[in-house]
Amino acid sequence: MRPFAYLSAETPKSAIAASTADTQFLAGGTTLIDLMKLEVMQPERLIDINPLHARYGRIERTAEGLRLGALVRMAEAADDPVLRGEYPVLAQALNFAASPQLRNMATLGGNVLQRTRCNYFRDPSYRACNKREPGSGCAAIAGLNRKHAVLGVSERCIATYAGDFAQALIALDASVDVTGPKGERRLRFDQLHRLPAESPHLETTLAQGELITAFSVPGGPWTRRSLYLKIRDRESFAFALASAAVALDVENGEVNDARIGLGGVATVPWRAREAEQILKGKVLTQATAQAAAEAAFARAQSRAHNAYKPELGRRTLVRALMTAAALEI
Amino acid sequence: MADGTVDRRGFLSATAVAAASGLVPRTATAQTSKDPELPTAGKLPVALSVNGREHQVVVDPRRTLLDLLRDDLGLTGAKKGCDHGQCGACTVLVGGKRVLACLTLAAGVREAVTTIEGLASVDGTLHPMQEAFIQEDAFQCGYCTPGQILSAIACVREKHANSEQEIREYMSGNICRCAAYPNIVKAIARAKFRTEA
Repeated sequence: MRPFAYLSAETPKSAIAASTADTQFLAGGTTLIDLMKLEVMQPERLIDINPLHARYGRIERTAEGLRLGALVRMAEAADDPVLRGEYPVLAQALNFAASPQLRNMATLGGNVLQRTRCNYFRDPSYRACNKREPGSGCAAIAGLNRKHAVLGVSERCIATYAGDFAQALIALDASVDVTGPKGERRLRFDQLHRLPAESPHLETTLAQGELITAFSVPGGPWTRRSLYLKIRDRESFAFALASAAVALDVENGEVNDARIGLGGVATVPWRAREAEQILKGKVLTQATAQAAAEAAFARAQSRAHNAYKPELGRRTLVRALMTAAALEI
Repeated sequence: MADGTVDRRGFLSATAVAAASGLVPRTATAQTSKDPELPTAGKLPVALSVNGREHQVVVDPRRTLLDLLRDDLGLTGAKKGCDHGQCGACTVLVGGKRVLACLTLAAGVREAVTTIEGLASVDGTLHPMQEAFIQEDAFQCGYCTPGQILSAIACVREKHANSEQEIREYMSGNICRCAAYPNIVKAIARAKFRTEA
């Protein structure tokens, strides 16, 4: 690990004021310390924001739905009775991620900002990685890319967004509260992450010194009929090869509203709006679910080793939709 | 180390010195901050409670809780397996919750730490979970065992040990290369039953 200065922030103001271009905020540290050991990330300064827990560590019901503080630990949210009962897709996405120890450490804010698990990104002995070193190329495109993305890819980067919780948030139309040098602002969750396009190293729309403080999740008739289905190489403690976050509002068999997030297959948390449109107003059957899944992956681009992903992704989505439709709530 | 012989521990520390002296130039000493407004960042005083004992240590900001326990305090029960949060051998309790000491910076520890060395009573009576691991033969080489036991204690406390399937899921963060899993699951079920009885 490279040397760095460690500071502990007692107020949001001091955290923001101390933030420089080479600063990282430290919350759970489960991604950051790992990548610092690998020398993939080399911040000169860490600002420990854990002392802000009293301010940003609560789960609250609000008039519009739920408000989840950014410093809530994954395990705490996953075990929360309101999330489990009324927003199961959120609780499941958290609970199917990582391990119990990591879930005790990692925070919700840090979770959505976790970096990709692309092996070329994580190993600096490979020179080419546009995410790590802008302009250096992409070793994955012609390399081993079994776990890489098929949606939202560019000629510069095909690294998969590794998280699960973000797919649930994007499906539920969550928003993100941010505080920073210019004050507080709120953005839609689907505006937080950037597609790799020409600049894979720019992963979010957060400005320097901006800190996520909370996620707001609107309630609705679809939140109870929701689930997260995650397909992995092993049954637990593994990243998704494909996953689907689905939430349905179904009345007399007909779909009033459908919200779909896809994971393990895309470079960013992915909202499958084309698939949602196909389902609206239809009776959910194997055939309509299949049509939605076809639409979701219509623009998939696979490489040498991940050609299985569009089909795995379609089957994952179909199974998730059919299971959600059959839930007794 | 006895004269003229090289034991494993002595060999390893000698190798580490050699590596630090020439082969790994990146492991520089801690820097002091260039920013005059910041406190000197080279060394940080850390006060922490481990197994009921208070310790005052001055650490490099890079010091992980795992290295502090093993190298500064001599508590070598917590093991370094992968050092990247993937194996669970370094699991300890902080504030009663199971965490990975290898991904925890020592400077950020604000609550009491419990390691495997802190489980037995002063008279040597083992913790029911340690007892259960012996009775069920829940280890072979033993390297992952301290992490398994602390994780298992937390698993029961979290109320995630209600069935074999649930124990397996909630122990997935502790890898055992000897694959003692069936007996680990039995030990946890036994200890849970004993604590509740």
